Amino acid sequence: MSAAICIRGARVIDPASGEDSVRDLFIRDGLIAGAPETPPDGAVTLEGAGLVASPGFIDLHAHLREPGFEDKESIETGTAAAAAGGFTTVCAMPNTSPAIDSAAVVEFIARRAREAGPVRVLAFGAVSKGRAGLELTDMEELARAGVVGFTDDGSPVATGRLMQAALLYAGELGLPVMDHCEDHSITAGLGINEGPTASRLGLAGYPSAGEESIIARDIALLSLVGGRFHAAHVSTAGGVEMIRAAKRRGLAVTAEVTPHHLTMTDEWALGAGAATAGVAAPLTAAAYDARAKVSPPLRSAADRDALAEGLRDGTLDAVATDHAPHTFGDKAVPFDEAAVGLSGLETAFGSLMSLVRVGALDLPALIARLTVGPASVLGERFAGLASLAVGSPADVVLFDPDERWEVDASRFASKGKNTPLDGLTLQGRVKATIAGGEIAFGGPAR
Amino acid sequence: MTGERRILSGGDIRRALTRIAHEIVEANKGLDGLLLVGVLRRGAPLARRIAQAVASFEGASVPVGALDINLYRDDLTSRPQPLVRPTELPVSVDGRAVVLVDDVFFTGRTARAALNALMDLGRPRVVQLAALVDRGHHELPICADYVGKNIPTSLGEIVQVRVSEVDGVDEVAVVDRAEAREA
Amino acid sequence: MTTALAEERRDARADGAAPPRRRHALDLDDFSRDEITGLLDSADAMRELLRRSIKKAPSLRGKVILTLFLEPSTRTRVSFEQAGKMLSADVINISGSGSSAEKGESLLNTALTLQAMRADLLVVRSPHSGAPYFLARNLDRMGVVNAGDGRHAHPTQALLDLMTMRRSLGDLAGKRVVIVGDALHSRVARSDVFGLRALGASVTLCGPPTLLPLDLLRGGGAGVPAAGIPGVSVEHDLDRAIADADAVIALRIQQERQEAGALPGMREYTRRWQVTEARYRKAKPGALLMHPGPMNEGIEIASSLAHAPGALIEEQVTNGVAVRMALLYQLLTGEREGGEA
Repeated sequence: MSAAICIRGARVIDPASGEDSVRDLFIRDGLIAGAPETPPDGAVTLEGAGLVASPGFIDLHAHLREPGFEDKESIETGTAAAAAGGFTTVCAMPNTSPAIDSAAVVEFIARRAREAGPVRVLAFGAVSKGRAGLELTDMEELARAGVVGFTDDGSPVATGRLMQAALLYAGELGLPVMDHCEDHSITAGLGINEGPTASRLGLAGYPSAGEESIIARDIALLSLVGGRFHAAHVSTAGGVEMIRAAKRRGLAVTAEVTPHHLTMTDEWALGAGAATAGVAAPLTAAAYDARAKVSPPLRSAADRDALAEGLRDGTLDAVATDHAPHTFGDKAVPFDEAAVGLSGLETAFGSLMSLVRVGALDLPALIARLTVGPASVLGERFAGLASLAVGSPADVVLFDPDERWEVDASRFASKGKNTPLDGLTLQGRVKATIAGGEIAFGGPAR
Repeated sequence: MTGERRILSGGDIRRALTRIAHEIVEANKGLDGLLLVGVLRRGAPLARRIAQAVASFEGASVPVGALDINLYRDDLTSRPQPLVRPTELPVSVDGRAVVLVDDVFFTGRTARAALNALMDLGRPRVVQLAALVDRGHHELPICADYVGKNIPTSLGEIVQVRVSEVDGVDEVAVVDRAEAREA
Repeated sequence: MTTALAEERRDARADGAAPPRRRHALDLDDFSRDEITGLLDSADAMRELLRRSIKKAPSLRGKVILTLFLEPSTRTRVSFEQAGKMLSADVINISGSGSSAEKGESLLNTALTLQAMRADLLVVRSPHSGAPYFLARNLDRMGVVNAGDGRHAHPTQALLDLMTMRRSLGDLAGKRVVIVGDALHSRVARSDVFGLRALGASVTLCGPPTLLPLDLLRGGGAGVPAAGIPGVSVEHDLDRAIADADAVIALRIQQERQEAGALPGMREYTRRWQVTEARYRKAKPGALLMHPGPMNEGIEIASSLAHAPGALIEEQVTNGVAVRMALLYQLLTGEREGGEA
């Protein structure tokens, strides 16, 4: 069994209980423990002065790529990246090869995750066999194997009819259907918002309506047949508004938003740093930055701000990274040929702290959207993963909210070095991550 | 400008060009088949002035053209990029006695470039070279046929020919290279 | 170091020689008014070379220019090839088919290989917007010239348009140019706009709302000045747009736009946006009529106009060679920063 750990003198923020106080935090036998009368022999001490300790972050949406795309990422490197980013639980997306559409693949992932280390890997199963959008997977078999929900992510649930069936069937199993909301009949191109930047660059765009129409479809189906609908990586102001209205009506809808949609705009395609010059300024050789090509695309500043407000008021339940690692070659091509997605696990927290600094939401609220928020999407049985109550699983992150650091993608634990943040400075850094009572990242500091 | 010496005045230039005009007509035994071609930039106004001088004492006009040699230089990657100007010749060079007119005859490389440019334009019967100033330091086996003034110089000096059409004044000065760079 | 023709350095400076040499020509958006004017002056001089019986000058002797055309184009490729050869550069053409690109080699690896062969300049045509930018930031020794990228930019076509207009209209400052047709998908229109703006002309884009980059221009109503790019306005009615124009550029309409649902139908398009004789008469007397080619006669331009004496379509082709000569000369001669000679 793992050694006892004592985090000394940290500011402990536990959104589940509302606690925000400076104290020592004890871990024993893989669980959060009460204060012992005498320190146990061999206890590891982490100095927490000036740092914040909170429940480990939960990522609802990560592409770990294994099986099938191990040149982009493996469960071993993906969970190492998660630990470096303060995440103690990551949900693997099923767009692997083969897709997560059978119990065998779910069990394979669970085994590889056990071999890799202490970070918890949960799997979403595919909605349709082979993610082909035609027939439902054997959902009950997948549920028994351990999937926490269903999605055809990478693609939307192909038809309204299929989505209706999925909501009904998964709803009976008590699991959410996560949808990648994108209407392919509207999206002309991928990876850039339809708007002035796309027009400036001569790229075919993906308008907000392409996301909003599917969110509207799914909400309408939800109100028709029930079940639980989770909107993946919401990127538009209109999407936030529809989800807000649906929640007001009492529908079982939840939603997530990525760090990059909360902090960047489509102008990042002009090249990091050129983003402020505007579309009338000359392009530089940094333009057409494929590292800023994600799906859904980075949107306008108005969308970005509406997402931050949706996160603050709880319309958006969770921050999820949509960690999408790619090889160098996947991105070293002209913009419209490049793969979509960025490697986000290791920069998520540093990016998000900028929201706290500009006052978009306070630190406890941000932590809540990284812990209790995603746990509530997964359901009651996972509530312990987002709690520092005695007896909860010892998933803890220790971070410095103010430390400035330069992103060096070449040193990422992830195989994916694809991020437009490479070389930029973030403020807010994870110092140690403890998963299931074991130190997964960092360690006895100083 | 302590390091600048004026070598020729406007009057000196006028007299030198007039003498060159006489020498050209004499050497070519008249104006028949003659074509004056000024090397851009300052050779062009000098060629026109020689033509005016010829007209004044011969009573007949001689055709004058302008030749841009920048596409024929041998130092295009070792100096600031010169602007290319149009070459303008009123008649074909075929069978003509062409007199190239330049302001300063120095290494001979401008003359070499001008000869190549001229040959691409046709086949002159004979080509001669006139220069207002010959400052020595020739690097190629080329000599000027008509020279306004020989001015011995050191390599640390620059000969500046100024003509009113370009520079607003007619004069020739020798300038110290370092000072010329500062100016 | 003894430099030949040293005394003429003074000349070059006094006569306003070009600013520090640029390495790439990706679009006209980063060309100043002076730089464009200098190029057009130089192109006028190059036209003289084109008229000679010996159409060759040695200024780019020993330079290697590669043309990599990943999209079919005869006109632009031949124009670049001729421009390079007339200045004595070695021009090597690589086409998409039969090249390593077809065997699955990435564009980047192809370009790095070509750079390792010590080529001086890569002229690239790509169906992908931004491909030349991608190459420019990944190549450290070889310059890149954009010969048309996707629907983004076509700077040398715009330069030849500017040259053609300037030779007829003189200084373009204050002139009004109408670009009619599919500006949204047109790399020519985008580059024309930046070039015309640099020279002080105003531009009106005219065409169906589905084929104009309205979000870039903002506004979008009749005659509403654009906030995005100053001096550019939108007018959907061609009869109004063309009134008192100094020049009209008709863009090629591509059949596939109709299939994609962006056009009502060719009959409707020609009725509303074809440059007809009646419409052309509303422009200023002597107004220029241009087309980047290849032309759909009877669609964007009435056949009777395409061959009229005022049309400059052949003149544009000649100017295309001259202006590309001027650009190659500018990119490949002159002192490099750091003094690589």
